[in-house]
Amino acid sequence: MSIRGEEDLAESLRCLGFDADGEELVERVPFRFKLDVDRRDFVKLLGAGLLIGVATQSNAQEQGRGRGRGGRGGGRGPATLSARLHIGKDGIITVMTGKVECGQGARAELTQAAAEELRVAPESVRLVMADTSLVPDDGGTSGSRTTPGTVPSICQGCAAARDLLVALAAKRWSVEAKTVQVKEGKAGDGKPEHSLTYADLAADEESGKAMNGEMPRGVTLTPVAEWKTLGASLPRPNARDVVTGGHLYPSDMKRPGMLHGKILRRPSYGAKLVSLDTAAAKAMNGVVVVHDGDFAGVAAPTSWLAQKAIDALAAGAKWESPPHPSSATLSEHLRKNAQGGMPANPNAAEMAAGKVLKRTYDVAYVQHSPMEPRVALAEWDGPQLTVWTATQAPFGVRGEVARAFNVPEDKVRVIIPDFGGGFGGRHTGESAVEAARLAKAAGKPVHLRWTREEEFTWASFRPAALIETEASLDAEGKISSWHFINVNSGGSSLRTPYRAGKNNERFINSAAPLRHGSYRALAATANTFARESLMDELAAEAGRDPLEFRLAHLEPGRLRSVLESAAKKFDWAKRVKEKKPGTGVGLACSTDKGSFVAACAEVAVKDNAIIVKHVCQAYDCGKVMNPDNLQRQVKGAIVMGLGPALREEMKFENGKILNASYKQYKVPRFEDVPTLDIVILDDPKVESAGAGETPIIAVAPAIANAVFHATGKRIRQMPLRMEAAK
Amino acid sequence: MSAEATIQCTVNGRNRSATTDPERPLLEVLREDWELTGSKYGCGEAQCGACSVLIDGRRAFSCRTAVSTVQGKNIRTIEGLAAGDKLHAVQQAFLDDGALQCGFCVPGMIMTAVALLEEKPHPTDEEIVEAMNRNICRCCNYANIFNAVRRAANSGGK
Repeated sequence: MSIRGEEDLAESLRCLGFDADGEELVERVPFRFKLDVDRRDFVKLLGAGLLIGVATQSNAQEQGRGRGRGGRGGGRGPATLSARLHIGKDGIITVMTGKVECGQGARAELTQAAAEELRVAPESVRLVMADTSLVPDDGGTSGSRTTPGTVPSICQGCAAARDLLVALAAKRWSVEAKTVQVKEGKAGDGKPEHSLTYADLAADEESGKAMNGEMPRGVTLTPVAEWKTLGASLPRPNARDVVTGGHLYPSDMKRPGMLHGKILRRPSYGAKLVSLDTAAAKAMNGVVVVHDGDFAGVAAPTSWLAQKAIDALAAGAKWESPPHPSSATLSEHLRKNAQGGMPANPNAAEMAAGKVLKRTYDVAYVQHSPMEPRVALAEWDGPQLTVWTATQAPFGVRGEVARAFNVPEDKVRVIIPDFGGGFGGRHTGESAVEAARLAKAAGKPVHLRWTREEEFTWASFRPAALIETEASLDAEGKISSWHFINVNSGGSSLRTPYRAGKNNERFINSAAPLRHGSYRALAATANTFARESLMDELAAEAGRDPLEFRLAHLEPGRLRSVLESAAKKFDWAKRVKEKKPGTGVGLACSTDKGSFVAACAEVAVKDNAIIVKHVCQAYDCGKVMNPDNLQRQVKGAIVMGLGPALREEMKFENGKILNASYKQYKVPRFEDVPTLDIVILDDPKVESAGAGETPIIAVAPAIANAVFHATGKRIRQMPLRMEAAK
Repeated sequence: MSAEATIQCTVNGRNRSATTDPERPLLEVLREDWELTGSKYGCGEAQCGACSVLIDGRRAFSCRTAVSTVQGKNIRTIEGLAAGDKLHAVQQAFLDDGALQCGFCVPGMIMTAVALLEEKPHPTDEEIVEAMNRNICRCCNYANIFNAVRRAANSGGK
């Protein structure tokens, strides 16, 4: 258990290539290997100080200097055009990016961006993603930044390459560049004998020099009105391999002589290994046992045998377990340990003058639980390490692995095949470090995949929240003051978008009992749940319709537009007046990361069970780049959001997770899917924002408000359980 | 640890044999011994369906099927579904409906749908939900997956 200091957090974020902006949350596993079997390599390394310096310098040249070139996608971005794209003499175009594909659709969207500016068919672009030895550092795949940051960066690189083709054509044909057009991968000026391809460009020496020169600035991009590939739906380019089972996920990677690894896990949080008898495991045929400080693991020819060896290690392990808080008393624990204590409301005078509501909201810990658990395959070749793994931060994990083994970063290659789900839960590289530690001892490649139980127990969690609020209404039923304190979960979407008089909003840390990490939209879900629940309570207090009350406190703008659009599509005005026994409707809206969302929900409450019948959601992320993929993201986010809204909650006691399986931790399934209506406000004049996260944030409060409409009772905790209704 | 045994079965029409601990899960033998990695480990507890294969035509959770129990049986996995370049109707429907995001659940989803449509070529919507409900998609792309199974059923399902 640790109090997460802001400096620690900022350091963790920097190591992983994120800004310390509070939007991403990273808690690394602190590996401290003695590596006593590897003295020789250590000595070699110590002698290589100069090399380290050279490597760092060349890295800086290769990756550009400082932020900006990578765009708002993060990372340093490419310094040269050739770091972003390669044009072969055969005309094959390879575009390189540090972003990953884990189901959110980056592979399609970034392919579209490249094809758009190169003026080629998407099929002729080969996109290499997230191989640290080949691609520029575009930052982690997080914060919904691929669309607003990496798409423009790739567009600029590809438009610059197109400009080179135009310039070459103009020179060869002695015409003005403005008369040259690029269409379907060919430059022409209308004369039938004039045609130049990207293969011709690749063969031209001068152009080759330009490709290796600094990334050009101020390249003119194709205006939205002229988009042909962006703005249209492109399926995931490797979709066919997925449906045939041919796509190799990190779980499926294999190397010659590879062993399967497993780690001896602590029996509870914070437990320390007192003694370990490795004899029984070592006696097993073909089993390699590693015991290095608190780290113990095995590698074996099959994962079955590796499990047997781990069982033998576990039988011979003695642990000391410190006390650990229980989920049953989590709210009190977070309040008691709030850093600096719970702040007093500075707007006491305004409060005193109005009608006051004081409400507390609790949000439980949840797990991402992606379909593919944490996994890595590590292979050493002398001092050079290659790791295939599943992470959203390939360059961050490269650094993490390098530090764990005291090797320079250029000796570590991290390759991220398209993997099975991220949801913000994969910003760290512990499975990569674990596999590499075992592989170092075994002298063979080691593949290590966490079990589902390990994933539920030792992966990072979406932080629980305690949110304390106080708000007052004036004589006209308008909000006159607003006090909103988020303890433990984060600052995303903390600020109210409503006119709320005197305003005080803060996020403060607490002593987190579980390991924290980002999660789709992170704290925006908790903050929106509390705010939109409170807005509903204030509307009821003021005797106003929930929609009217919100509109009365909102300026004209995009949030207001999505709220009105959702309400119209849902037929709010009519349905809120219908009173069917046991059913109700509710709504909520919010904004985060540059996009805007509003949800209307209908629920049925029967025998203390909440059944969500219908969700109608309006969403505005500016100009849409891939409509089909956006629909999947929005629908997927709504249904994923039903889990933490209705059922998902990590339960723990004495340092043990009590529901570390899909049987006990119930994620949404087919039978939970309500009728879904999606309204997309696609405005070509508005810059595109990322859409992977924000569509999840309005779901829970819309349901909570619908439960109030159905039953007259409020539930002020997530997950929503009728037993907690007041 | 149990003594090793030799297990013989047919996988996607081909004879396969493994000499191994008979308690080992079929999923691990498929993936580690026979290099058929299309079937996925998602939970190891028969709760998510990512490991779904057909054993003598019926859907089975290969993560909880001891390899000894498939002696002499006929197993089909995602790798055996397409006929050369021609995808199975369910695979094609998944492409046509965009029924994949990360795709890790997809082989298990497809095998489950194939088992359903071979047993019930004209399922009702309720029967589709009931048959598919033991498979988890964490991207929660259920709406598109449902549409794909519906489309495959409507197209004859082969």
